[in-house]
Amino acid sequence: MKDKKRFIPMLRVAKSKLALLAVVFAFAACDTSEEQTVAVFEDLILEDNFDQDGAPDASIWNYDIGTGQNGWGNNELQYYTSRSENVSVQNGYLLITARKENFQGSGYTSARLLTKGKFENTYGRYEARIKLPYGQGIWPAFWLLGSDIPGEIWPQIGEIDIMEYRGQEPTVVLGTVHGPGYSAGQSISKRYELQGDRFDTGFHIFGIEWGPEYINFYVDDVLYNQITPDDVPGEWVFNHDFYIILNLAVGGSFVGSPNAETVFPQTMLVDYVRVYESNGQRNF
Amino acid sequence: MMKTNLYKLICTGILIGFTACERPLSDDVEFATYASNGDVFLDGFTAGLNYFPFEGSKLDAFTVDSEVSYDGEASMRIDVPNFGDPGGAYAGAVFPTNSPRDLSGYDALTFWAKATKAATINEIGFGNNFGENKFLVTKTNLRISTNWVKYIIPIPDPSKLIAESGLFWYSEGPEDGDGYTFWVDEVQFEKLGTVAQPRPSILNGEDVEQTTFTDITIPVTGLTQTFNLANGVNQTVNAAPGYFTFETSNPGVALVNEQGVVTTLNEGTAVITALVGGVRAAGSLTLNVGGAFELAPTPTRPAANVISVYSDAYTNVNVDFYNGFFEPFQTTLGGDDLNINGNSIISYTDFNFVGIQFGRVNASAMTGLHIDLYIPEGINLNASSFIDIELQDYGSDAVTGGGDDTVSRIKITADRLQTGQWVTLDIPLSDFTALTTRTNLGLILFQGSAEINELLVDNIYFYTE
Repeated sequence: MKDKKRFIPMLRVAKSKLALLAVVFAFAACDTSEEQTVAVFEDLILEDNFDQDGAPDASIWNYDIGTGQNGWGNNELQYYTSRSENVSVQNGYLLITARKENFQGSGYTSARLLTKGKFENTYGRYEARIKLPYGQGIWPAFWLLGSDIPGEIWPQIGEIDIMEYRGQEPTVVLGTVHGPGYSAGQSISKRYELQGDRFDTGFHIFGIEWGPEYINFYVDDVLYNQITPDDVPGEWVFNHDFYIILNLAVGGSFVGSPNAETVFPQTMLVDYVRVYESNGQRNF
Repeated sequence: MMKTNLYKLICTGILIGFTACERPLSDDVEFATYASNGDVFLDGFTAGLNYFPFEGSKLDAFTVDSEVSYDGEASMRIDVPNFGDPGGAYAGAVFPTNSPRDLSGYDALTFWAKATKAATINEIGFGNNFGENKFLVTKTNLRISTNWVKYIIPIPDPSKLIAESGLFWYSEGPEDGDGYTFWVDEVQFEKLGTVAQPRPSILNGEDVEQTTFTDITIPVTGLTQTFNLANGVNQTVNAAPGYFTFETSNPGVALVNEQGVVTTLNEGTAVITALVGGVRAAGSLTLNVGGAFELAPTPTRPAANVISVYSDAYTNVNVDFYNGFFEPFQTTLGGDDLNINGNSIISYTDFNFVGIQFGRVNASAMTGLHIDLYIPEGINLNASSFIDIELQDYGSDAVTGGGDDTVSRIKITADRLQTGQWVTLDIPLSDFTALTTRTNLGLILFQGSAEINELLVDNIYFYTE
């Protein structure tokens, strides 16, 4: 692992050395500040392309098992396992599968993978290419959670939801941050809706560019939101290490319960997860 | 296949040339295609669109309303008649085009609709062209409200619709006896891009197992296609067999044609399944085919001595119904719907009692009633099993009721019943002791003991020796 606390230089936007052209345009259109800056994240520091069939790479991924407290704080209905029925790597994809089955007192099973203790990092470009499942009560997510800080609990540790999605809204994803004074229902969030397409019929790239004072949210080649300290009503807590979580929840307060129309099993396919850091190159 | 037919129609001369020379089509050949215009009714009829109301429907139920519209200048207004409207019992029409359209680039028929009250449209869809209706799609029981709402009727497999002329159709009757008005606007085929997750099914998704005989035809029913829409709703439509590719696991035992009609050929087991657009349909039909079904003995009495109600051997009198429904206790299903190698047989399932009403028969010169009954194997008869047969004479007024009807019932007791083979009954009419007259016979009724829940009937006729 690389030096986690490396400073990422800020760069003025000028010409498009950026991976995402849309970033340039969005800034140019939306932000009048001549001093607006953006980092270039080109150093690949984590990559899992899920090329090895079987269980996910144990050097990168841990599992949350069970139901947590109150369904992981959200009244979720699933029991998370690390069984191959719920999580496996096949043909170049990570498969997280939610099943309707009675297991350890829960009515559903699924999986939640996290890099806690294996990859924790501050800043960078985080992206994953994912084909989402669908149906009422299906709640997949690709997100970052602040590493444990002694004496501090959520939401002080911070949470960055790179992608959340309700299975009953197959054309919409949300990008969200949670922190002190702006968590749960008060979180800072924005929807992104696909036009003439949906997230469960093909792969889409979900990512953030995260620097010291901004988080950019993008889907494919579209930057749809930027959140800065000015946008949050409390302390900006996104300047320490976070770890990655990929999970597929069933039910819970965010989506509501599945109903008779929900088809099971449902599988979230992940083609890759990649994290880039700034290479320090300036882009004037 | 379809394209070739299309080509034949359009380029007949060229095709004759090809077939005469028996040369294959060149790679350079471009098949003729139809206009891909998806508009049906935006502010008026699109080019070539026609209105044909169904027979028996209120012919003037449909008008173009320039007062009300969701968007633009006009909408389609449908006035559903009240119960008893002399103009017609319901509102129903098809809207075909003069020349077919290529709709393969779309994924749904969409429209906006509202009504004078919350209501449920019985049937609405497309693919009905007053012809083959090969690609008929029907959304049944579409709930509409008093607000303009957009509705989406997905195309089960758009690749099939390269020459579709049935652009829109509906059928709706009164709600609890009352008519009302609904409006439909912006009717068009669209490529939404969000019609996804197809889940076709046959037999409504059930895995059905059926014991049957050779030389029987069985239609595969319950054909549906379900898509998940952008709003998260699973939208299910009834889809014509034309959208489905049917398969048999054992073509030596049973074949299935492109209409989804199965024909049993030989003893054995065959499983019928289907696909739509490459997606496996839920549901299957497993047929355990026994040997040839033994038909009832062919009647030999001369036709001159017979008045026949139901037989392939004679000319029959008119039958009003094979399964008159007597509320509320009758459970019997079926009727004149079994055809074995050209022989018609009456088949009743969930049988408890059933009546067959026929044209008034003067059987005063007749001496006997002939009936062939078949109780399937697997029904366990006991000492108290029976089948009652009742004859009703409608009297001089020739209609039921009126105070001059006479009824008589006889009991066929267990010692005369068998399973797995035909039971031939020649019953002297004198056994129907309470039947004081038989000049206006109109009804024969069968009632069985509880265990006899399936019954086949053939060759019902009156005779004299």
